[in-house]
Amino acid sequence: MKYCYKVPCKKEMLKEIRCFVKEVLEKHGLSEVDVSTLVLAIDEVCANLIIHSHCCNPKESIEVEINVDKDKGLIFNIIDKAEIFNINEYQEPTLEDIIKKQRKGGIGLILVKKIMDDIQIYSDKKKHICRLVKKIPIN
Amino acid sequence: MVDIKRLQEEDHDVIVIIGEVDASSSIELDNAISEAVKSGKKKFLVDCTSLDYISSAGLGVFMSYIEEFKRNDINLVIFGLNDKVANVFEILGLDQLLKIEGTKEEAKALLG
Repeated sequence: MKYCYKVPCKKEMLKEIRCFVKEVLEKHGLSEVDVSTLVLAIDEVCANLIIHSHCCNPKESIEVEINVDKDKGLIFNIIDKAEIFNINEYQEPTLEDIIKKQRKGGIGLILVKKIMDDIQIYSDKKKHICRLVKKIPIN
Repeated sequence: MVDIKRLQEEDHDVIVIIGEVDASSSIELDNAISEAVKSGKKKFLVDCTSLDYISSAGLGVFMSYIEEFKRNDINLVIFGLNDKVANVFEILGLDQLLKIEGTKEEAKALLG
């Protein structure tokens, strides 16, 4: 089953994205903690794209697509047209480094990598897709 | 999205976070903690009983003050995290880096 949600690149839309993801995952019987953890990972990727790749430009948009597959698990595609950001090539800072340098950012993608089983980046001339896979039993 | 209050109680202040702290609202948490640090007070409780959601933007705010708390001898204890929010702190191991207690009484006891 496939669910799609497209929003303008505004930080205020993050809450709407979270509601969309939560609603879909709850419909498929995931536990409360699993739902909240996955919602967090999607929120982190979308926040990163909206703020850093799209500079909060409401004329641009991102699309969240959720594919629910009983065999493969959950596949989240986050689709946009910005300059590609490859999360797999991003060397995240260590927590010690963040604390010492009093940085406020940098931990979102650490969370995403800890939560998801696989992260893939696809790109063609028209769009970029950040694919996040979570192998989890689904009703 | 988030409402943050600061209350005075006995020998400490309580920062109460109500709602959701994400990339669009973390600035408010940052301002509240920054003001608390600048106030010169040394003992703070952070009441998270009404905190429904926190993303890395909110966690990052707490992390960015850890050094400052140490430097200024500030004792800040977080309490009342619900299971979902506590899970986010645990994923990153922040439960080991910040002082977190279950109830207000436990948090007050740790505050000394």
